[in-house]
Amino acid sequence: MTFFQVNGVEFSYKSTKVLDDVTFSIEKNEVTSILGPNGVGKTTLMKCINKILMPDMGSVLIEGSELHEMSRRDIAKNIGYVSQRGEMSRMTVFDSVLLGRKPHFEWEVTDRDIRLAGRVIHLMGLDDLALKYVNEISGGEYQLVQIARVLVQQPKVILLDEPTNSLDLPNQHMIMHLIRNIAIRNHIAAIMTIHDLNLAIRHSDKFIMMREGTIYATGDHSIITPQNIRAVFNIDAFVEKVKGIPVVIPI
Amino acid sequence: MVIRTKNGDISSDHDKWEGFDIYDDGDGEAIHNSSLYRGYVRKKGLMMFLALIILFVCIIIAAHNGPLNISSSDIIRYLLTFDNDGMGGVIWNIRMVRIIGAILAGSGLAVAGVVMQCILRNPLASPYTLGISSAAAFGASFAIIFLNAGSSITSTVSISNPYVTTISAFLFSLLATGAILLLTKLTRVSSETMVLAGVAISAMFAAGLSFMQYLATDSQLGNIIMWTFGDLGKATWSWNTLIMAVLLSVTLYFYYKRWDYNAMEAGEETAKGLGVHTERERILGMVLASVLSAVIVSFFGIIAFIGLLGPHIARMIIGSDHRHLIPLSIILGAIILIVADGVGQVILYPSVIPVGIITSMLGGPLFIYLLIRRYGR
Ligand SMILES: Nc1ncnc2c1ncn2[C@@H]1O[C@H](COP(=O)(O)OP(=O)(O)OP(=O)(O)O)[C@@H](O)[C@H]1O
Ligand SMILES: [Mg+2]
Repeated sequence: MTFFQVNGVEFSYKSTKVLDDVTFSIEKNEVTSILGPNGVGKTTLMKCINKILMPDMGSVLIEGSELHEMSRRDIAKNIGYVSQRGEMSRMTVFDSVLLGRKPHFEWEVTDRDIRLAGRVIHLMGLDDLALKYVNEISGGEYQLVQIARVLVQQPKVILLDEPTNSLDLPNQHMIMHLIRNIAIRNHIAAIMTIHDLNLAIRHSDKFIMMREGTIYATGDHSIITPQNIRAVFNIDAFVEKVKGIPVVIPI
Repeated sequence: MVIRTKNGDISSDHDKWEGFDIYDDGDGEAIHNSSLYRGYVRKKGLMMFLALIILFVCIIIAAHNGPLNISSSDIIRYLLTFDNDGMGGVIWNIRMVRIIGAILAGSGLAVAGVVMQCILRNPLASPYTLGISSAAAFGASFAIIFLNAGSSITSTVSISNPYVTTISAFLFSLLATGAILLLTKLTRVSSETMVLAGVAISAMFAAGLSFMQYLATDSQLGNIIMWTFGDLGKATWSWNTLIMAVLLSVTLYFYYKRWDYNAMEAGEETAKGLGVHTERERILGMVLASVLSAVIVSFFGIIAFIGLLGPHIARMIIGSDHRHLIPLSIILGAIILIVADGVGQVILYPSVIPVGIITSMLGGPLFIYLLIRRYGR
């Protein structure tokens, strides 16, 4: 049985069709990167996957069960989502991370929830920020907080919309390593969108290249070819291998 | 360390990022920041307790207001023993009925403001800015002019049933809320459309109110203006009981949804991703907050700024975590209105200035001061 399967998903905003017959599957322990130009429908696809937007057609299956038949809350137990734009309010970092437990508790957070949040905050090196308000930390720091929140949520599939946005070089690599190792260690999957091709190539197992609202190519790093890059991004690029890993150099 | 990937081996010294078991809650080991957090939450509880004490002090001080001199020890004794014979009757049936009216109106408007600001993602959302007050004023004027109703129970020109004014004000506030929701439904249930619809509706009712004032006779005009100034002197036990019932049930719902509101603080999409039905909560929260403020405003008249001041001061003190923000706003709303009403009774003694005038006069400058303190450099 496939771990996670997206079948024929279609979506339109009013009358403009944004997604057309998007079909792919991913396995646990894998990190998948969705690549494509601005406005191609990457964010829309992620929102359709966890029913933030209701697709016009198609289905999403996790371990064989239809996600769109689940309650919102059950979806949240299975799929975690880090949005491209989160709001920074006057809540502490600790509370913002603790929020990830929301789908799991009924009336109030338990002591275990507080331990889980505290542990993730510590492991992500956010101890010093724990009791600061998120509207008083930097954009990159908030990005880390959002990722900590989704880990505390303990989903089977993590969706990350441009998780390395506003992170510095070490933090970009830290987050990419972390996501991949978390996926392997916990037997879950991560799907992300990311505009830095080389960062994506280095830290992902699988790629989905999108063009005009549909999938142009999927596969491992062998699909990262000058032809595909030309077709999807409409630019010319060299693809050289460095230590066995393809590196994309735009001309 | 070497990170083994399907695409090749890469050396890295980021041992820290090796990944961890997300299901491990670190049972047994001491997690330093979790302990710090528990202490922090206890501290917030303590602050709430402190605010409650301040509220009680304010109540006792406010209970001194009035032509009869009653000593503090007697006041405290009457309050604690619920004794309402003789002097106790003065305390309870004349002064406390008004003070409790202030507590209910202040906390109700403040809690309505907190929830509106959260679900509409707008710091300026409040019963006043969203048109509930102007709709109520319109409804009251409508009753005074066309239904021949008196402006209030205490009004000297009161004609037929004075409750007609209140009921008409209430119905028109609900109509305003209904119109906001309908406009929102026609577009989409987003925070911006709701705020814009509220502002538009508010402007329409304000225009309608001006038009009716133009039509009104002099005595009707006097009645309308008297109604428009929120006045706690109108408080009665039966109305207090009604407001209390609405306040309790609405607040209970809001408190039950405190984590949903916390999630909405992190943004619409994040909240949805955490399993929150944001559209449903937005509509329900809007309806409940509107009904609560409509009940208060249609009885007491317009009391501006409490729905902004209470929540914003609370947010500055305790943050946006609704577990603490909701109770603290309630307490602060009550304190502010008791103080404002106390000021109104004292400054031009022996005449009493309606609290609505005081909140409008003091609320604006105070709000600007908060704005500068919070956002100024
Ligand atoms: N709320 C909306 N209403 C109407 N059209 C929208 C809406 N959101 C996005 N679109 C359109 O849908 C298309 C896909 O948008 P989407 O946000 O999914 O792109 P994306 O691939 O995530 O882009 P980016 O790389 O810039 O984040 C775009 O053409 C966009 O203009
Ligand atoms: Mg996007």
